[in-house]
Amino acid sequence: MQLARLAWRESRTTRRKLFLYMSTIAVGVAALVSIDSFARNVTRSVREQSRSLLGGDVQFSSRRPFAKETEQLLDSLARAGIPNARSTTFPSMAVIPRNGNTRLAQIHGVSAGYPLYGAITTQPAGRYETLQSGPNALVDPSLLIVLDARIGDTLKVGYGEFVITGTLKDVPGTSGLSSAFAPRIYIPARYLPETRLLVFGSTAEYAALLKLPSDRDPKGFAAPFRAPLTRQDVNVRTVTQTEESAARATESLANFIGIVGMVALLLGGIGVASGVRAFVARKIDTVAIFRCLGASGNQVLAMYVVQAAAMGLLGALLGAVAGVAIQFLLPIAFVGLLPVDVHVTAEPVAILTGVLIGDWIALVFALRPLLALRNVSPLQTLRRDADSDVLRMRWNDLPRLLVNAALVLSVVAVAVARAQSVRQGLWIAAATGGVLLVLALVASALAWGARRSVRAGWPYVVRQGLANVYRPANQTRAVMLSLGFGAFLVTTLYLVQNSIVQDLALNASSSGANLLLFDVQQDQAAPIDSIIRARGFKVAQQSPVVPMRIASINGRSTESIVGDSAKNRRAGWAVRREYRSTYRDSITAGETLTGGKWFAPERAGAAPFAPGDTGEVSLDAGVAGELKVKLGDEITWNVQGIDIPTRVTSLRDVKWTRFEPNFFAVFPSRVLRDAPHQFTVLANVPGVLDVATVQRDLVRRFPNVSSIDLSLITETIGKIVARVSTAVRFMALFSVIMGIPVLFSAVSSTRRERIRESVLLKTLGATRAQIMRILLTEYALLGILGSLTGLVLALAGSWALVHFVFDVKYTPQFGPAIAITAVMMVIAISIGLIAGRDVFKETAMTALREG
Amino acid sequence: MLIAESLTKEYRSGERTLAVLRNVSFSVQPGEFVAITGPSGSGKTTLLGLLAGLDTPSGGRVILDGAEMSSMSEDDRARIRSAKVGFVFQSFQLISTLTAAENVQVPLELRGESGAERRASDLLERVGLAERATHFPTQLSGGEQQRVAIARAFSNRPSILFADEPTGNLDAASGERVVALLEELNHESGSTVVIVTHDATLAARARRQIRLADGVVIEDTGSTERVD
Repeated sequence: MQLARLAWRESRTTRRKLFLYMSTIAVGVAALVSIDSFARNVTRSVREQSRSLLGGDVQFSSRRPFAKETEQLLDSLARAGIPNARSTTFPSMAVIPRNGNTRLAQIHGVSAGYPLYGAITTQPAGRYETLQSGPNALVDPSLLIVLDARIGDTLKVGYGEFVITGTLKDVPGTSGLSSAFAPRIYIPARYLPETRLLVFGSTAEYAALLKLPSDRDPKGFAAPFRAPLTRQDVNVRTVTQTEESAARATESLANFIGIVGMVALLLGGIGVASGVRAFVARKIDTVAIFRCLGASGNQVLAMYVVQAAAMGLLGALLGAVAGVAIQFLLPIAFVGLLPVDVHVTAEPVAILTGVLIGDWIALVFALRPLLALRNVSPLQTLRRDADSDVLRMRWNDLPRLLVNAALVLSVVAVAVARAQSVRQGLWIAAATGGVLLVLALVASALAWGARRSVRAGWPYVVRQGLANVYRPANQTRAVMLSLGFGAFLVTTLYLVQNSIVQDLALNASSSGANLLLFDVQQDQAAPIDSIIRARGFKVAQQSPVVPMRIASINGRSTESIVGDSAKNRRAGWAVRREYRSTYRDSITAGETLTGGKWFAPERAGAAPFAPGDTGEVSLDAGVAGELKVKLGDEITWNVQGIDIPTRVTSLRDVKWTRFEPNFFAVFPSRVLRDAPHQFTVLANVPGVLDVATVQRDLVRRFPNVSSIDLSLITETIGKIVARVSTAVRFMALFSVIMGIPVLFSAVSSTRRERIRESVLLKTLGATRAQIMRILLTEYALLGILGSLTGLVLALAGSWALVHFVFDVKYTPQFGPAIAITAVMMVIAISIGLIAGRDVFKETAMTALREG
Repeated sequence: MLIAESLTKEYRSGERTLAVLRNVSFSVQPGEFVAITGPSGSGKTTLLGLLAGLDTPSGGRVILDGAEMSSMSEDDRARIRSAKVGFVFQSFQLISTLTAAENVQVPLELRGESGAERRASDLLERVGLAERATHFPTQLSGGEQQRVAIARAFSNRPSILFADEPTGNLDAASGERVVALLEELNHESGSTVVIVTHDATLAARARRQIRLADGVVIEDTGSTERVD
């Protein structure tokens, strides 16, 4: 207790300085607190709004109209006091007859009472309530803009005509992004038949929302219906599942950004270490006196650990306050990305965790330099040696090794705790360690190189500046670490994001085709082909699409497969989904064969595929993995009620990011040729005007055919990526802001020596300009090398991420990356000169006064 | 009280070995007031460091109040210093962040003793600085700082006090007052006092002088009986 009191008193005048060093942890804590608090806010909001998210307690949905049995079940439930509301969702072209403009839209045909929870709001207000009163339509505001339409206009969907009565303002359960690809149109369900769009093979989802009495548990209620409804191709979803998946999505986003927060924390740790090193050097004299007066090494250490812990705690608290403030700003960065209205409130658990982790990391990083104080000899009161000699520690000093181990373990623990898996956490910790190690090695190489490159003929200021890089107690390593890491982080984020966007753009333009037509009926394929060709454009691809489901795998029915134990379980979505498959006899440019053999060419005059025959099928390697199916396995497909047995004869790696029709399952022509099918057509129609004209022609003759300009998708994805990038950049900004105090801390760690030296130089006749040039040489060298090393590491790191994690083509943008490097360099030089202003300020008199 | 036995201290400088002290032996009786004198570079401060257990000898041994210091660890020596030794330095060596009273309290607080505040205030009164108890070292003159240092040196009731050029940084009047104070406290508390100085006047006030030159004792005026 007395020791703690003594420690507190002793810190009197240096408290502020120590606080400054320890508070470099604040930005990291701010990142942790803001991200974790916000993630908790989102999870809580999801829980509170989950019923509005789904629109009901339970949802039955199917890719085809409900079977008679399902309808009977819904009727009997309604009679038992469990009402339902319906929605049918499908894509279709929307046309404004007044000006002929067309655009692909997502049509929602809703029954009265939909949704059962939450409210759809409109502009002007109250229009959703009157939607059912006639052939009305409510549309996304963006649709009005692209169609150049206004409220009151007639809107044509298929063969049906509607009056636009207002625009959609807020639809619970959908984020702004969901309407980015196809704007939404809400129409009354009873007018759906008039559109004449819901025909064979249409891409539509039929849903019924159920409202349970408040005392019924949705999960328990849904359980007995799951198996029978699955047999009727109906998927059952409860509000609890919605809540869980929304929470998972939030967690993933928070985890990703949390990694940046972790790195900020780590950078803060480095800042603390270099700042505390300076503090320790300043304390040598005091510690020597304490030692003379009988203080043991451990007593001295304990005293300064108490000080560091207290100041670290203050720094962490400061960070927590900033974190809470940022938490209130985060909804702005994430606007449009989240499906719920987030109620932002302070989260005590997140704050406490952030503060404790922050204080611990600060303390562990501070401990390393503080340990050196144990070795300060009392003899220093009589005869003072150089700081670096006094503070030298043996490499095998046990407490030092223990602190190093604690440091590594703490970093790994934080990384593992914050990552999505232990493996990912270990990778992050290893990568971070690797980057720091490379930076440290480059720093040593720089010091070594500077020592050997100095030539006697060079101007004095240059020689002195270079000497500062390698002299005892230099700041080379600290500056290189903080600057290089900052440059690495920011550049990596930029390069990865850029490669993803570039890859999307590249894929969009790879086939040259840009107009995708779908829901093309069998008898429409030929006339559409001739319309496009007649206008002088090319049809790049025409793929038949046959909807089907898996009936059995290796003789086991889907029902029995779904009930398998967790160990052998195949992914439910892959077993139950509706497969929209194609048939063709060749492999496309976006596919690579990874196993087996492609279909043998069909022999002329071969017998047609007959019942009882076993056909071949080629599966996407990914879905084969999910289905736990290998080459030679047998899959029976239910194609419109007819079972078609097949054997898996090849596996393909499909490039899904290519904007062209891709398929999980591809059959040889002879197997599916006679099955009822529709087509997707990919055409090459360059020019915005031509696209509009072709779309108008097509929609006029074939209102059921939907078409989309793929360049529009590229643009939309670009916008989405940009929005996500804003959120990521927001976090990257943390690391840059982080780097500034860390750099200051690094620079001030050798400030004392610098002032002493510059005073001496001034006494010997050096001018302010000369001293400034010395500093400039040193910081320019550190800045250039630190930033360049960061850049090189970023190139390697971003390549690895793009190649192994995102699996897209790496397209580095050297220009902007070099610009980032240049900015980091300027920051380093400026900080060096700003922090060094005391060095210029001190007069030669100081030397006399200090003796 | 204090025995120096064949003390040798060598430093290695590259290939060369530099002997700062060579075969120094003497003993000091309890209550003695001894001055170690000699010109600059004669090894005075090195000898003081060895006697007080701040450093370890290259050869020979130091026995302080029956404890052999040379073979102890740094922390064990710190414990001996805490219990038995007081220090006064040429440059005062007060902790700049602590007030005068707090500086005096430090040795007792390090030992976890109670009543540190009372003892500090008594001692500050004894050295004539009761009024300045809450002042920080920078707010005190050199002479006052050295008086605080003396109060601190006596706060743990040391059996031996080491002083390194205690008047070296002071004007004549302040120096005189500090020496007088050392004598008084030596007299009152019965502590042994060992002073290192090259100031002949100060050395002359000691009852025994040990003169060093080039790291060897060239004169020892001999052990004296304690004078009451």
